[in-house]
Amino acid sequence: MRALYRHMVLTRALEDRLESLFKQGHVVGGLYRCLGQEATAVGSSYALADGDWLAPSIRDVGALYVRGLPPIAMLRQYAAREASPCGGKDNTTHFTIPELGLLGPISPLGTQLCVLNGMALTFKQRGQTRVCMTYQGEGASRTGASHEGFVMAAALDLPIVIVLEHNRWSFGTRSDRAAAVEDWAHTAEAYGLPVRSVDGNDVLEVYEAAREAVDRARAGGGPGVIVAETYRMLGHAQHDSQKYMAPEELEEWRGRDPIQRFERVLVDEGWLSESGCEEIRTAVDAELAEAVNQVLAEEHPEPDTARTRVFADPEEDPEAPWTRMSPIGYADLSPTESRGSRAWLDGGAR
Amino acid sequence: MSEDHPVTVTEDGLRETTYLEAIRDAMREEMLRDDTVFILGEDVGVYGGAFKITDGFLAEFGPDRVIDTPISEAAIVGAAIGAAHMGMRPIAEMQFIDFIAPAFDMIVNFAAKSRYRTGIGAGIVIRGPCGGGSRSGPFHSQNVESFFANVPGLKMVAPATVRDAKGLLTAAIRDPDPVLYFEHKFLYRRVKEMLAVGEEIVVPLGQARTHRPGTDLTIVTYGAMVWKSAEAAELVSREDTREIEVIDLRSIRPLDIDAIVESVQRTGRLLIVHEAPKFGGFAGEITAQVCEQAFEWLDAPIRRVTAIDTPVPYAPTLEDYYLPQTEDIVAAARWLLAY
Repeated sequence: MRALYRHMVLTRALEDRLESLFKQGHVVGGLYRCLGQEATAVGSSYALADGDWLAPSIRDVGALYVRGLPPIAMLRQYAAREASPCGGKDNTTHFTIPELGLLGPISPLGTQLCVLNGMALTFKQRGQTRVCMTYQGEGASRTGASHEGFVMAAALDLPIVIVLEHNRWSFGTRSDRAAAVEDWAHTAEAYGLPVRSVDGNDVLEVYEAAREAVDRARAGGGPGVIVAETYRMLGHAQHDSQKYMAPEELEEWRGRDPIQRFERVLVDEGWLSESGCEEIRTAVDAELAEAVNQVLAEEHPEPDTARTRVFADPEEDPEAPWTRMSPIGYADLSPTESRGSRAWLDGGAR
Repeated sequence: MSEDHPVTVTEDGLRETTYLEAIRDAMREEMLRDDTVFILGEDVGVYGGAFKITDGFLAEFGPDRVIDTPISEAAIVGAAIGAAHMGMRPIAEMQFIDFIAPAFDMIVNFAAKSRYRTGIGAGIVIRGPCGGGSRSGPFHSQNVESFFANVPGLKMVAPATVRDAKGLLTAAIRDPDPVLYFEHKFLYRRVKEMLAVGEEIVVPLGQARTHRPGTDLTIVTYGAMVWKSAEAAELVSREDTREIEVIDLRSIRPLDIDAIVESVQRTGRLLIVHEAPKFGGFAGEITAQVCEQAFEWLDAPIRRVTAIDTPVPYAPTLEDYYLPQTEDIVAAARWLLAY
């Protein structure tokens, strides 16, 4: 419970920091926040085990922390530092880290589902009981790549969970102008896949649904879809004035803020006191303050590194690409050993 | 080998092998050697491939390594990328290379940029039948290399000979980066060569080959045009007693510019022949690089013989007009030799 709360708080606090850094001119390019959607990414990814793979979209930063990404990595990405996961060559969540089972998306949407299918296929080929999870906004699900990804996942019966985040907006276009369905579960049903719709702002409900889908996929039950009903509380990016959003609708969803809601549950259920919540927030803030100072002291990459790494360098990287596959990427972990039961719910920390 | 593919082997272990069989042999032998190699694509399994290249593979290697997919080229290439990230060596078949278009995004934005962006390579092979001459119209006849020429991170090969068909595919499968392998369907059953059964042939990517030595003019070409260029060279040799050097690029990216420049410095004249349309075609790039590196050695302007700048037409009269013909190459060569 503490971990879930901490990951959501971290997601928001880091983006608050990034917003300040953006205004101070330290963020290179755009800033794409997930305000209001923290519970979907954190709750769903928590259902995965070590050795599983996850492909976020740009707004699923919380899932990366759940997988073990140090928050400083996101700061470095947005500040385009040499030590960032992409070495300054790409931005946002666009990094692949085999050690953490993270596949970075690219900007053309829906594509990471197609690639993650290949990872799920490899699990099957190797007889491994591992699972992949990916995310798509309802906007991304309108692309051809998304459609083909769904088709392939279903046709090959792959161990993959697709979290469809219905956050109401694709850039500046409302989702009801992008499809003729009201219930987005119908779009997944068309592929013959089991679907469960959840309140995407309720981290426990998201976790429960994800756990069900992950367990089914791990047991050989094939792909599953979760439709998470949520709301993108900010514009597409920091430069977006979000004038097109109705104030009353924003107000309504502000009342469903996933972090405040979870705080109430934690306190009401006696899992964590108000001061316990406060302690976590303070600790996160202190960690981030230090990380920000460190990142600002770091350099952008050397200009001529722009020429490097287009192709494998046989000198440096003889077994590429899989030399970077770590024990976590390949070790034969029991899929259930890390979070096999709901014991963690009672035990507190992960 | 299945009973559908009877093998006649000579006493010294050679077998008459077609270009198509060389492709099959390369894949099969790599799959036997390395269990991370697998193939996926439309109708590659039960049907055995639209051109029967993977006939018998499903029975030999099973459904985990010979995967029939839906008609979803983006998903095929995407799955290949994901598997490659996991250490597999997938071969994605495009039923016709024209159908690579729906996978364009996956290739240029995901596969080609993956290592650069994140340090994780996508060692995949995407192969498929290209080229005209089989009266198949605008969507089963194209040469797509120039679509991808401007995308750093991709390698591209286009074999002309049986030995290279096998050797380049073997090298492509073992390569840690994405390789587009363009197999010319006109050559599938038309070119044959005696190859040793089971011989491991690896043709390094990025190395051109001198198909025919000469002293008076260099023709740079690749794929099926190697054969028409060689035919033109023989004719000019016979009738004009001038000797044309034919360089078969084999790999179009990386481009063996050193081999081209070395030849041009000896002959002083350059003709570039390719089957793709002229505008924005590879010949333009080769021209620019030769001008940058060997302008002072040129005794004549560089010329290009290519397809015309239209879609590939269907009717035999139209397609023959569209495609570069031996007499077009002869005419251009004579013009250059007389310059």
